[in-house]
Amino acid sequence: MEAQFELLSEMAKNGDALNFWQDFYVKFYQAFLHADRWQQYFKGVGTTLLVTAIALVLGVVLGAIVAMIRVGHAQQKPHHRNPVLGVLNAVCKVYVTVIRGTPMMVQLLIMSMVIFASSRNFTMVGALALGINSGAYVSEIIRGGLMAVDPGQMEAGRSLGLNYMTTMFEIIIPQAIRSILPSLGNEFIMLLKDSSLITVIGGKELLYAAQGIMNRTYEAMFPLLGVAAIYLVLVMLFSALLAKFERRLAQSDRR
Amino acid sequence: MKKLTALLLGTAMVLSLAACGGSASTASSEAASSEAASSEETSEAASSEAASESADAAELTTVTAGKLTMSTNAAFPPYEMTADDGSFEGIDIEVAAAIADKLGLELQVDDMDFDAALLAAQNGKSDMVMAGVTVTDERQKVMDFSDTYAEGIQSVIVPEDSDIASVDDLAGKTIGTQRGTTGYIYCTDDFGEDSVVAYDNGLTAVQALNNGQVDAVVIDNAPAKEFVAANTGLKILDTAYAQEDYAIGVAKGNTALLDAINGALKELQADGTLQSIVDKYIKAE
Repeated sequence: MEAQFELLSEMAKNGDALNFWQDFYVKFYQAFLHADRWQQYFKGVGTTLLVTAIALVLGVVLGAIVAMIRVGHAQQKPHHRNPVLGVLNAVCKVYVTVIRGTPMMVQLLIMSMVIFASSRNFTMVGALALGINSGAYVSEIIRGGLMAVDPGQMEAGRSLGLNYMTTMFEIIIPQAIRSILPSLGNEFIMLLKDSSLITVIGGKELLYAAQGIMNRTYEAMFPLLGVAAIYLVLVMLFSALLAKFERRLAQSDRR
Repeated sequence: MKKLTALLLGTAMVLSLAACGGSASTASSEAASSEAASSEETSEAASSEAASESADAAELTTVTAGKLTMSTNAAFPPYEMTADDGSFEGIDIEVAAAIADKLGLELQVDDMDFDAALLAAQNGKSDMVMAGVTVTDERQKVMDFSDTYAEGIQSVIVPEDSDIASVDDLAGKTIGTQRGTTGYIYCTDDFGEDSVVAYDNGLTAVQALNNGQVDAVVIDNAPAKEFVAANTGLKILDTAYAQEDYAIGVAKGNTALLDAINGALKELQADGTLQSIVDKYIKAE
């Protein structure tokens, strides 16, 4: 195969016209196989998945905390407002407003060029920026899910003598998860694809690898289409896993 | 029946997509070859004329009729940069304007990332790329280059208190480069992919150097000087990384345009315009 590639690229260099399949072969070979370039994509996928996983965990934790605070604040008895909760709620509102109101790309650049200006771990800075960004969206998803549970459920729990926290964790949240999951899956998919943005701050993920190869071969089609295909496969795997999980949750469904 | 229709529709879609990719590339290659064929016809006429005066604009087919479209990366002072009013200026811009003037065309500057600028010329989105492009064997495979109009040196920028004293000391350090430049390619060849970080433009790379995120930046000498002048605490190593020639890149096979550009370049060189533009931006030491 290597010999075939050498032969054909030598022909192309000498100005001989290649037919469609020969041209295809040369371009495919130099984009993925020549000089073990597939390893670069492989490493890129690893980084992409790592960044997504870290951002995901961070996003869900942040999002859950923010959502709990905001729902807890909204569900207080009138005239018995907790001042600490009020302050926390205000902080959460600012966080969600700022993060949702500025572009992902700008946040990434600010994180890497201003806040973590001396960090050399571009991947982790990228993961952190993505996680913080995702947290804002996830918090709204979770808040929506919690509020979608019928208020009667809370009333029933409380009138049975359970306290607020127990009702929340034993009755409300398990029901909310079912309605949260599809939109959360959507957010995960967005996150996986947005991880390609960390290329701009020097994070060596999948797109970075493709661009590096593009710049060596001066051929854009195969690296870019290859990367698109890899992202697509990853997202499809992700969706399949989510669908499985949703089915599992629906087992006790009587509707 | 429904299943069958769905299956048929599915296959039709897949096939149409595949056909789309295939036909697009063949169509473009056909277009390129027909262009090449027609350009051979015109180039004879053009070259006979170009000797005495530059080619007639009417004979050149440009991307936009009546305009000479140039793709560049305007973060590369003094070759190309953004002026205070958002327009573009620099050696490449003025040389391009002079060439366009000679050819009787209007200059249109498209600013984009460096790697995109190269691809734009290669794929016929722009007529030519002028962004301090170095002529290399690899690039000559995919595009045609004019005569060189300037010389470049790949320099190494380091902080003043750095322990890097020569190019050899770069081994094991983190090197910032501009994506797609020869500096990036040399560094990844010499020191491996892991010790090189590619940024979208030279400015971002220098910003990272200022922050201490990279230990050195390898970039062309002329912008390196500008960057060092604008940032205190940086210096250029005395030893150069590599010596190279700048040229204008055009799509492969577009000989008519290439001849016209070369003709215009020759005239600009002969009447001293080229030198005066360079002198305007690069002060002789």
